[in-house]
Amino acid sequence: MLRTIAHRLTLAPLTLLLVSFVTFIILRVTGNPVDIYLDINRTPEQVAALTERLHLDKPLLVQYLIYLRDLVQGDFGQSLQYGGPAIDAVITSIGPTLRLLSAALLLAVTLGTVAGLVAAVYRDRFPDAVLSALAVAGQSMPSFWLGILLIQLFALKMQWLPTSGSGGFKYLILPALTLSAVLLPNFMLVTRTAVLDLMNEQFVATARAKGLSRIRILLTHILPNAANPLLSFLGIQIGTLMGGSIITESIFGWPGIGRLMISAVSNRDAPVVLATVFLVSITIILANLVVDVLHSIIDPRIRH
Amino acid sequence: MARSLFKGQLKLWLGGGFVLAVVLMAIFADWIAPYDPYRQNLLMRLKPPAWMEGGSTRHLLGTDNYGRDLLSRLIYGARISLLVGVSSMVLSCTIGLVAGIFAGYKGGRCEQVIMRLADAHMAFPDILLAIVMVAAMGGGAFNLILVLGISRWMIYARVIFGLTRSIKQRPFVEAAASYGAKDVYITFRHILPQLVPVLTVLAALQVAQMILQETALSFLGLGVPPPAATWGNILAEGRDRLFVAPWIANAAGLAIILLVLSVNLFGNGLRERFDPRMRQAA
Repeated sequence: MLRTIAHRLTLAPLTLLLVSFVTFIILRVTGNPVDIYLDINRTPEQVAALTERLHLDKPLLVQYLIYLRDLVQGDFGQSLQYGGPAIDAVITSIGPTLRLLSAALLLAVTLGTVAGLVAAVYRDRFPDAVLSALAVAGQSMPSFWLGILLIQLFALKMQWLPTSGSGGFKYLILPALTLSAVLLPNFMLVTRTAVLDLMNEQFVATARAKGLSRIRILLTHILPNAANPLLSFLGIQIGTLMGGSIITESIFGWPGIGRLMISAVSNRDAPVVLATVFLVSITIILANLVVDVLHSIIDPRIRH
Repeated sequence: MARSLFKGQLKLWLGGGFVLAVVLMAIFADWIAPYDPYRQNLLMRLKPPAWMEGGSTRHLLGTDNYGRDLLSRLIYGARISLLVGVSSMVLSCTIGLVAGIFAGYKGGRCEQVIMRLADAHMAFPDILLAIVMVAAMGGGAFNLILVLGISRWMIYARVIFGLTRSIKQRPFVEAAASYGAKDVYITFRHILPQLVPVLTVLAALQVAQMILQETALSFLGLGVPPPAATWGNILAEGRDRLFVAPWIANAAGLAIILLVLSVNLFGNGLRERFDPRMRQAA
């Protein structure tokens, strides 16, 4: 187990290096920063100063190394839109994104577990047919349209909830629902399969022979054993969830990383784009690390 | 058994039929669409669909903010969604196939490099990469195909890698190698045909994902730039008029989910036909 974590920890800097390299090259090669940072009325002195500051006269590889050196010191450069350091804009948007992600995760995991259990217990009967059909439809549902439908129903028609923005708990409900739908259908189907697989295990037959109630078997014998495949699934899906967050945030005007990133992209604010991409990568790596640790806590067999 | 076979067939026919209809609609858009999708008519702005109050049969699905006929825009929009969806699937499938066969057949360092790269890429949200690339290169159908094609190669690579490695150890490949067949010959003659069923299913299902990605990027304003009629663009325009003209967003959303659902149905139907294990389980 420790070896897996150590392996991940050595792989993490490599991944980050790769991410920073790819994004840096993509953003530098395709646009001349002088055209992006300065307007048409620029003076030669301004151009010279910018070239000096961004080291544009040096080879691309040297520029990247300088960029990396600054990055290690936590300096992502100055934001074009906001003036201040790019990292500041990113840090203020972490909170809202984390709030949205955890609410969506909580919703998807609880609803998905319950629905998956029900579908497995009533396998091939009516509840299973309905839930599985819903899941397949849910997989085809673009989250941006789901968000728009929810706005129409709960914000415009019923006027129970605000259409967009951020504030109290009321503002969180629709975005969290929308984002959870990215994960929910697959989570339900994985739960269903995991539970069905476990039902054929010997220890379940033993528990049944002992005369334990079905619900007790489900909750104390099957569910804990299903936790591990579900956790692995979550680990793989964290990236998808982060991606879904970008779309959800821009539907609902949620002031998180995703919206910041989209606005940075449309304003060609390269330092902020790089900083957000970097931060998202770190989050994904950390989340996978947490998943690994949880694995060993849940399943003692992995520890040895 | 007979019933499950029928079920698989039904999915195939239902999904495939709808997809075919959309394909035909896209090809013959010039004849089918009642109006020019770009012709503006400010006197006919934001007219609701025919079945709603104030709607007329002249514009069956109503009009948008510029008085453009929504039905015509949807019909033409299918072109871009299908073009981008299918082309980017072909691109990512090709990259993934070559990488997967290479890693699986050669093994060793080659496998290490390619598969670690795939792992690293897998952990990274594909929409994030797409956003960064579109930001750098600009929108447009061609760039979208390129971006989406690159952002999903590893899904094919991982599946093909596993399959190739197991096929390579089968007796007929070993026999071919023992009488001196070249690697390239073995790949095309013995390995590739074995991969076709899995690849077909995977490709069909991935087209649905690609269409969703394309509409998502268009929706974020990073796809084919307006005024191009794409389903994502129509949906994004509809979001801004949600209060006065909800039918715009809903028509586009419905079009997207129907197409994606039928592509998924078609793919699942294919899988049940090709994979005997699944057929028995179903």
